Amino acid sequence: MNQTGAASRIAERFAALKREGRGALITYLQAYDPDPACSLAILRGLPGAGADLIEIGVPFTDPMADGPSIQRAAQRALKAGATLAGVLAMVRDFRAQDAATPVILMGYYNPILSYGIDRFCCDAAASGVDGLIVVDVPPEEADEIEPQARAASLDLIRLVAPTTDEARLPRVLAATTGFVYYVSITGITGTRSATSAQLAEAVPRIRRHTDLPLAIGFGIRTPQQAAEAARLADGAVVGTALVDTLAASLDEAGRARPDTVRQVLDQVRSLAEAVRAAGKQAA
Amino acid sequence: MPLILEVERAYEAAKRDPGFDAEWRRLLTHYVGRPSPLWHAERLTAHLRAKAADPALGAKVYFKRDELNHTGAHKINAVLGQILLAKRMGKTRIIAETGAGQHGVATATACALFDLPCTVFMGATDVERQQPNVFRMKLLGAEVMPVTSGAATLKDAMNEALRHWVANVEDTYYCIGTVAGPHPYPVMVRDFQSVIGEEAKQQMQQAEGRLPDALVAAIGGGSNAMGLFFPFLDDPSVEMHGVEAAGRGIETEEHAASLTKGRPGVLHGNRTYLLQDAHGQITEAHSISAGLDYPGVGPEHSWLHELGRVNYVSATDDEALEAFQLCSKLEGIIPALEPAHALAHVIRLAPTLPRDQIILMNLCGRGDKDIFTVARHLGVEM
Repeated sequence: MNQTGAASRIAERFAALKREGRGALITYLQAYDPDPACSLAILRGLPGAGADLIEIGVPFTDPMADGPSIQRAAQRALKAGATLAGVLAMVRDFRAQDAATPVILMGYYNPILSYGIDRFCCDAAASGVDGLIVVDVPPEEADEIEPQARAASLDLIRLVAPTTDEARLPRVLAATTGFVYYVSITGITGTRSATSAQLAEAVPRIRRHTDLPLAIGFGIRTPQQAAEAARLADGAVVGTALVDTLAASLDEAGRARPDTVRQVLDQVRSLAEAVRAAGKQAA
Repeated sequence: MPLILEVERAYEAAKRDPGFDAEWRRLLTHYVGRPSPLWHAERLTAHLRAKAADPALGAKVYFKRDELNHTGAHKINAVLGQILLAKRMGKTRIIAETGAGQHGVATATACALFDLPCTVFMGATDVERQQPNVFRMKLLGAEVMPVTSGAATLKDAMNEALRHWVANVEDTYYCIGTVAGPHPYPVMVRDFQSVIGEEAKQQMQQAEGRLPDALVAAIGGGSNAMGLFFPFLDDPSVEMHGVEAAGRGIETEEHAASLTKGRPGVLHGNRTYLLQDAHGQITEAHSISAGLDYPGVGPEHSWLHELGRVNYVSATDDEALEAFQLCSKLEGIIPALEPAHALAHVIRLAPTLPRDQIILMNLCGRGDKDIFTVARHLGVEM
């Protein structure tokens, strides 16, 4: 429940999936990668291909938490003219056709600061954004954006890492709404993967501190990994693997080819099938 | 966050340990060669007096000679402090970012001394234009990792070092070269570099029996300036001038003047003045000096700027080149291009101040590393 008393799209979606007895597939791609039209076409196709929640990366020149694939995606997107206002316009276009799929913007603080925190939170909510992941605003600095996000009924999703210890976990989780994003490795996006044993140990550790849905991200590439993470937790985030497929589909000049959209959505379909087939681990 | 909280806890504990301070000061004395001399630049003073409009004008110029430190710049002061901290924390590997290579060389040096493996992240563009320092780092046993992401300069090297650090935090300490980055780095690097200002204050007392009237230092991230300024902040009679790199001119797109031309933002875990576009995307800095080529500045400089305590000005590539040559010819000191920017402002300032006033400039690095760059700009074949 958010401050207005209405259940958010994020909460509703996780609740519905829980009733279905399975975890969520959460996809991540950068807005405007490789161009606004192709990016919007992929975005519109994601729910049909099986994405349960959608993370949209907001391009930034200095993505400190991201590996080379997403760094290059950001460079392509910025070259294609990406701005925060443009990303919000894309979400509005998406919302015109889809009122149910939660959309989360993931990015860095400086473009938001530059846009204006109040104005951004209002515009994001009005555009149909449901939640924010601001990678470089830790809970210690939550005052920067939390009051404005709450006022606009935007969920603030926090990252929890293997290095987040027992003393710090409650503090991070207290500042989290929507769902908890478990960064399954110590490191950056798209580099290495956690083992099953590591995940099996981490999930109950976090669950002891929160009733929020728990999604696992960083290092999930294959349908099998996605299925396992979604079964262990409440959702699996796949980002770099999709960005890599998109990048591999481009021509030498970095432009989309006719089947770029299809290739990305096909991969989402295979991930979704695995997640749906896996069902939920008996509690 | 947990990784920088760990550094903060360790630093707070180290500060309270007299043994930590004693070991650091032993290294400064016997390995670095501190205190660095305070030099009355007599010929430069006379030269600038001759240029003054009035015989009553022409301030006396002193240099704080941190270019005489082992490794050739002030960077080693804070590196040794941080390496001692890393050892206290039980870290067994060191990483660093570097622009011009001075901080990389200092870190590689300390790691050789303490037998610690060292990896230095350096923008591929900087690797290309700072070959002598790349070779030095390798001789000292460090691994130099060229960074090709973004514009392949200092900010990208810092991004890459941060990425590497979060992935290897168990055994790795990140040795940051300037008063920027996430807390506690700006405070910690400032504390270590304050040895410059503390010595200078005492030396000036011995030489002149009083405080200087104006301090001048170059600003990239701002560590040498903070080191000189900090111990004088509570002395209201002391004016301070921080000199940013104006590159090809602050009216052009090619400069590194974050305070003069940037606006507040958040990057690398600190809120500070940044060069950025209307959408909050970070723009590229430009300077002839790779050490000043950073689109941000230490957050305490932003604070001092907004308070008005320090006057932030700038000097162009051409002004720095001229100062570089003048200092070489008049004082027999080849300065690094970074303090050459500070000197360019001294050249403007001294002739406007009364003869009995004293300017103290931080000559924070020597110019050996820059002779190839300068030769190229002067059209000299080497």
